[in-house]
Amino acid sequence: MDALLHQIISGIAMGGVYGALGLAAVIVYQSTHHLNFAQGEMAMFSTYIAWMLMQAGLPPWAALGLTLVAAFATGMLIQRFVIHRARFAPALTTVLLFIALLVIFNSLAGWLFGYSARIFPSPFGSGRAFDSALISAHELGSIAVTLVLVVALYLFFNFTKLGLAMQATAHNPMSARLVGIRVGWMLAFGWGLAAAIGAVAGVLVAPVVYLDPSMMSGVLIYGFAAALLGGLDSPWGAIAGGVIVGVLENVLGAYVIGTELKLSVALMLIIGVLLFKPSGLFGKPVVTRV
Amino acid sequence: MTDITASPPLAVRKPAVAAWLLPCTLAAAALVLPLVAPGFYLFQATLAMIYAIALLGLNMLVGYSGQISLGHGAFFAVGAYTTAILVDHFAAPGWAAIPMAALLCFAVGFAFGLPALRLEGHYLALATFALAVAVPQLLKWKALEDWTGGVQGILLAKPEVPAGLPLSPDQWLYLCVLAITLLAFVAARNLLGGRLGRALVAIREQPIAAAAMGVDVPGIKTLTFGISALYTGVAGALSAMVVQFVSPDSFNFFLSITLIIGVVIGGLGTVGGALYGAVFIQFVPNLVDQVSKSATWAIYGVLLIVVVFLMPSGIEGAVRRLVRGRR
Repeated sequence: MDALLHQIISGIAMGGVYGALGLAAVIVYQSTHHLNFAQGEMAMFSTYIAWMLMQAGLPPWAALGLTLVAAFATGMLIQRFVIHRARFAPALTTVLLFIALLVIFNSLAGWLFGYSARIFPSPFGSGRAFDSALISAHELGSIAVTLVLVVALYLFFNFTKLGLAMQATAHNPMSARLVGIRVGWMLAFGWGLAAAIGAVAGVLVAPVVYLDPSMMSGVLIYGFAAALLGGLDSPWGAIAGGVIVGVLENVLGAYVIGTELKLSVALMLIIGVLLFKPSGLFGKPVVTRV
Repeated sequence: MTDITASPPLAVRKPAVAAWLLPCTLAAAALVLPLVAPGFYLFQATLAMIYAIALLGLNMLVGYSGQISLGHGAFFAVGAYTTAILVDHFAAPGWAAIPMAALLCFAVGFAFGLPALRLEGHYLALATFALAVAVPQLLKWKALEDWTGGVQGILLAKPEVPAGLPLSPDQWLYLCVLAITLLAFVAARNLLGGRLGRALVAIREQPIAAAAMGVDVPGIKTLTFGISALYTGVAGALSAMVVQFVSPDSFNFFLSITLIIGVVIGGLGTVGGALYGAVFIQFVPNLVDQVSKSATWAIYGVLLIVVVFLMPSGIEGAVRRLVRGRR
């Protein structure tokens, strides 16, 4: 029983990370209906930046703060200089741009930091939380960070002028522009925010999977599965979806199918949700006029 | 007076001659190559042709019918593994294994095309993206290990040259691949130049209008998925014969990405683009890998952005413009 409980708790901790990555995907998707396939590699690159800053002797929390700022700026720049130029282009064009970004970040990380896996220290230390056998400090920290992230984003999106302007942009860019919202900048802001949230996910996942240029490929699939399961237009759904996916992954992996088919579970989940319930558990169904 | 009446047919005939000139020169050069090129270059040329077949298949799907696939490495893997298993376990000869692999890939592609009907744009990209990431893990699956050889993969023997032919095994393989490539290109040209090609472009541009005009949209889309998978599967099968080795990690996510990059850089929605794309993805890594392992991918990524923004019809489009400009 303890073993099952342990699997569930570490599933929730990991699920929070998937949820955070899913949340980043949802923020981008809400405003432009793009699925950013480079989200994972951008997060991986941010994690390398954090690692580099820590190696340079900065205290972990300062390094993480700087990393978030860097990730935010990078996300904004990419949106302004690459993605925004293709705003009227067909889906294929944007998918290709995301693939290009994915490849560029991956090779850049390999070139700058090498392809070997590195140990990434958890900002919460490596011990158990309160000497309990069930949960490690990192897992508890992950859950706490996810919760803080959700609350902060909720407050930001609902009670600040900027957050409301971003929501308005996502719902109706034309009207938003007419009431004086700088739509282009809001989109860039969304990208920056998504990149920063991705960086948080990267830093939380790196101590578990080790830091290497391809560490996010599997995690990203789980992140997308989380976002889809929760509904691509529902930020809270992404977190809930992440927790469900994380627990499912751990419990199925430990008791049913073994660890070697974990990615196929995510694949089946993605295809299943897309086919049978494209709006996810918490999303609104979309009706299009012919 | 006679000049005026004589000129239109000439003007019409001229591009036709030019259109045949290039393929004929290429075919002649390709036939002479095994006699002059040393083994390693011959091997690379063989691989380039194999890539060309795979790109042709992917281009039918992405360039012509407008369905995005980021997971064609999966079909490449199915073709390669089917061939490897048939040859290794059942001692099947290559001429029997490759058509079997092709048929299986067609079936798998057709089956994948059915759910894909309900997915469009980014969603189809996501489903195929997940497929590409999951493939190596599936190939390592313990339950299939007896067949697939697990992490180790399968080693194949070099196919034997038919008795009486004064050729080395490499030259024989090269000629076989050349023949299949020619067949694949002629078939693709005829398919895409005719009814199917027009229907595909109609579906890509205006699916509703295409359906209104009597095009069987779901039927043609799934059929294209099947044919596309067949082409890519044949390429996989040939690569297993030529490389003589299959292993899960050679069919990773980056294979799928390489294929889509080859298609885009060669030229979306063109038959000839597959050749340029194949030469690109076969020889650029060779040239650049000496500098660093990451350089290839950095170049791929940057070029992909450049092509998407500045030359959306790829190398094929640029060549066409050059030829037209000269005239």
